[in-house]
Amino acid sequence: MALTLTLREPPTVPLETEGLTPDRLAGLRRGEIEALTVWHGNRREQLADFFTVSGDGEEDLRVEGDLRRVKFLGAGMTAGRLIVAGDAGMHTGADLHGGELVVEGDAGDFAGTGMRGGRLVVRGSAGHQLGGAQPGERTGMRGGEILVHGDAGDQIGAGLRRGLIAVAGRVGAAAGLRMLAGTIVALGGLGAQPGAAMRRGTIVAMSKVILLPTFAFACSYRPSFLRLYLRHLRALGLPLTEGQIEGRYARWCGDGLELRRGEILILEAGP
Amino acid sequence: MRLSDTEVVDTFAEAFPMWGARIVMTAKSPAWAQEAARSLTGFATSVIGCKCEAGIERDLDPAETPDGRPGVSALLFANDREGLAKRLVERIGQSVLTCPTTACFNGLDGEETVNVGGQLRFFGDGYQASKVLDGRRYWRVPVMEGEFLIEERFAVAEGVAGGNIIILGRDAAGALRAAEAAAAAMRSLRDVILPFPGGIARSGSKVGSRYSGLIASTNESLCPTLRAQVPDTDVPPDVGSVLEIVIDGLTLEAVRDAMARGLEAAAGAGARQVTAGNYGGSLGPHHIDLRGLVPGLRDD
Repeated sequence: MALTLTLREPPTVPLETEGLTPDRLAGLRRGEIEALTVWHGNRREQLADFFTVSGDGEEDLRVEGDLRRVKFLGAGMTAGRLIVAGDAGMHTGADLHGGELVVEGDAGDFAGTGMRGGRLVVRGSAGHQLGGAQPGERTGMRGGEILVHGDAGDQIGAGLRRGLIAVAGRVGAAAGLRMLAGTIVALGGLGAQPGAAMRRGTIVAMSKVILLPTFAFACSYRPSFLRLYLRHLRALGLPLTEGQIEGRYARWCGDGLELRRGEILILEAGP
Repeated sequence: MRLSDTEVVDTFAEAFPMWGARIVMTAKSPAWAQEAARSLTGFATSVIGCKCEAGIERDLDPAETPDGRPGVSALLFANDREGLAKRLVERIGQSVLTCPTTACFNGLDGEETVNVGGQLRFFGDGYQASKVLDGRRYWRVPVMEGEFLIEERFAVAEGVAGGNIIILGRDAAGALRAAEAAAAAMRSLRDVILPFPGGIARSGSKVGSRYSGLIASTNESLCPTLRAQVPDTDVPPDVGSVLEIVIDGLTLEAVRDAMARGLEAAAGAGARQVTAGNYGGSLGPHHIDLRGLVPGLRDD
């Protein structure tokens, strides 16, 4: 049985669990894990005050309970696999460097901010600023992959520098705000003002998009690189169709207020 | 030694280390992938005159390629790692980048890599863009047709070049029939290529020449027309034509397997004699004995 931390009851104020990652817990005895520090509001507490520890896995870590007020789950993780059995609070997977973090429910705002590697999978929906910049920073996610099976909020990939964010459902407003590079794939619709102030990078939409007037149409074509990306996402379980993989995409370049080196690729109807 | 009715000379092929890479080319159709592969591997029969040796390894189904399109894999060998990197940039740049609908990928696993796409990206003149997926960097180079996609780094590995069998026939038709059968059998294997036209060379060479500055010249001891003129002829009286198949491979085992398949096929197709080329064993570190190569081989 995987090492499992079970939250006994939802905390009255947010609980911050930065550092509770499979790579850091590997090799620790149960007593050492129970003595680890968590922040309950502005109080330093012990993990055992909130969680029951069971199992003894070396690689996998499972966190259970009503975790909507538990922040920074998996933050800073570098290896291994962390499964959040249910919804997760804000900043889940922030500064993720490696390994795989799977949220079986929804993830709160700021998930995957400042990510540099690894994979964050959200089986439900994600909040605002997914893969964006950490507070006080301009640059967002710098590597790795985020896969959301549900919807995502506003400003996903804000300041994105490298990496891939793919959302099976609908994406909110201003996706890729100020993005520097990297790739955002929205399978279920893209909100207003996508790519505002983007310098480079790619936003892919599978349905009609209302673009900012600072984007210019280039051509309609079948991008070779996109086949790699979409096949990769399908292999990871996102619902990609042959029509999307083989399809023609309209290429819009922008943002004209910046370098105009970015692109929004919009799937066209028909063969 | 004999295999069926074919005499097999108790000798060995002398092979050399060479650096190799596998190039995977995909395109809209198998025909365009083949066009790119044929162009890439053209004029690459021997390092003596072409600076590299290359050949098509096999066709690839869409399910086997990175972008899910029809493809072809080719192997390219050169004397050293740096030379191999240069040849890859030259040949992919001239033959794959230019070919309609193609994309180009590294097809070899390995720690040691050379920069190929990262050089060819400069054709984009500043408009190129990179993408990193699953730890691999790709370059998107804008071209008039659309976009050329190429992987940045290609793995290189030390392989084996110069495996060979030499097929002697009673006449030109018989030698060619046996060589064609051998080449076809060898081409069914992976990790090897036959760099000469159709896999077959009619002009096996020796090192050096009576003319200064020529590093290779005809192997007169295996030329049937010179049997009466050279003192050390290796052409039996009833042989009228000799052909050679050269094999380059990613591993010694792959080259040995290919030689074994070729030997069996040549014997099955009526070769009068099969031998192998070597330099007395003093040049190449890999000696592949014909003895023991195939199970049906027996002493006279």
